[in-house]
Amino acid sequence: MIPQNHLLVLSLVLLTIGVVGVLVRRNVIIILMSIELILNAANLNFVAFSRQWQNLTGQIWGVFNITIAAAEVAVGLAIVIALFRNRETVNVDEMNLMKW
Amino acid sequence: MNWGLAVFYFFAALATVGGVMTITRKNAVHSAVYLVLTFVAIAAIYVLLGADFLFAVQVLVYAGGILVLFLFVIMLVNLEEPRRFSGGRMRLAASGAMTLLLFGILATTFARSTSVTAVAASPAAEGNLQAVGAMLYTQYILPFEVVSVLLLVAMIGAIVLGRPRA
Repeated sequence: MIPQNHLLVLSLVLLTIGVVGVLVRRNVIIILMSIELILNAANLNFVAFSRQWQNLTGQIWGVFNITIAAAEVAVGLAIVIALFRNRETVNVDEMNLMKW
Repeated sequence: MNWGLAVFYFFAALATVGGVMTITRKNAVHSAVYLVLTFVAIAAIYVLLGADFLFAVQVLVYAGGILVLFLFVIMLVNLEEPRRFSGGRMRLAASGAMTLLLFGILATTFARSTSVTAVAASPAAEGNLQAVGAMLYTQYILPFEVVSVLLLVAMIGAIVLGRPRA
């Protein structure tokens, strides 16, 4: 039986890694990967509490979470391709089109 | 220490290492490979937690679908970055401080929360897959349908955004 706290700590560590990745990397594709890490951390929490309360609802929302992640990554990567076609870069520091 | 706990520690370490490597590698393809490592380790932890359906979905959708998508796009936009990290020292320090703050707040919340002993795991009589499927098609049928529409919209959006200029 894995203690609940261990799962929460693993989830927290993965979330922190994801946040660091979003904040410090320049490559949009790696930023999207970091967002995937954050979503996985959330999912781990859902499953952990689902097990703790012997309630399947957490796992159902985990399935929805994975679906949302797939949709997000499809649209995000399409945007990356469109941006690359226009600007020849995947570097977030050079994407200031919507800045004022 | 029992075996389940040891296996959990192994996969937790694997997931953490994979995550760290994902955000530090210079080559995006290497990042994608380490991301697979993290996803597979998390899938193994789902098995340990008795979430069989989620394990299957995680392997199929993440390790199978999303990673192929990532690799395709990395191959299409083949650019190496001259500098790995964004901004100057100032911005790196600010990012680190923000992250530490977030980590501290969440860690203290966990530490202060009253620990509840987990309910003893009682394997569902009809199995996890069947139970999740039954729940998905009865109680959660509306969110299920909404998510299917969302996926359709995302697919159309990705095609529209990715098509070449006429």
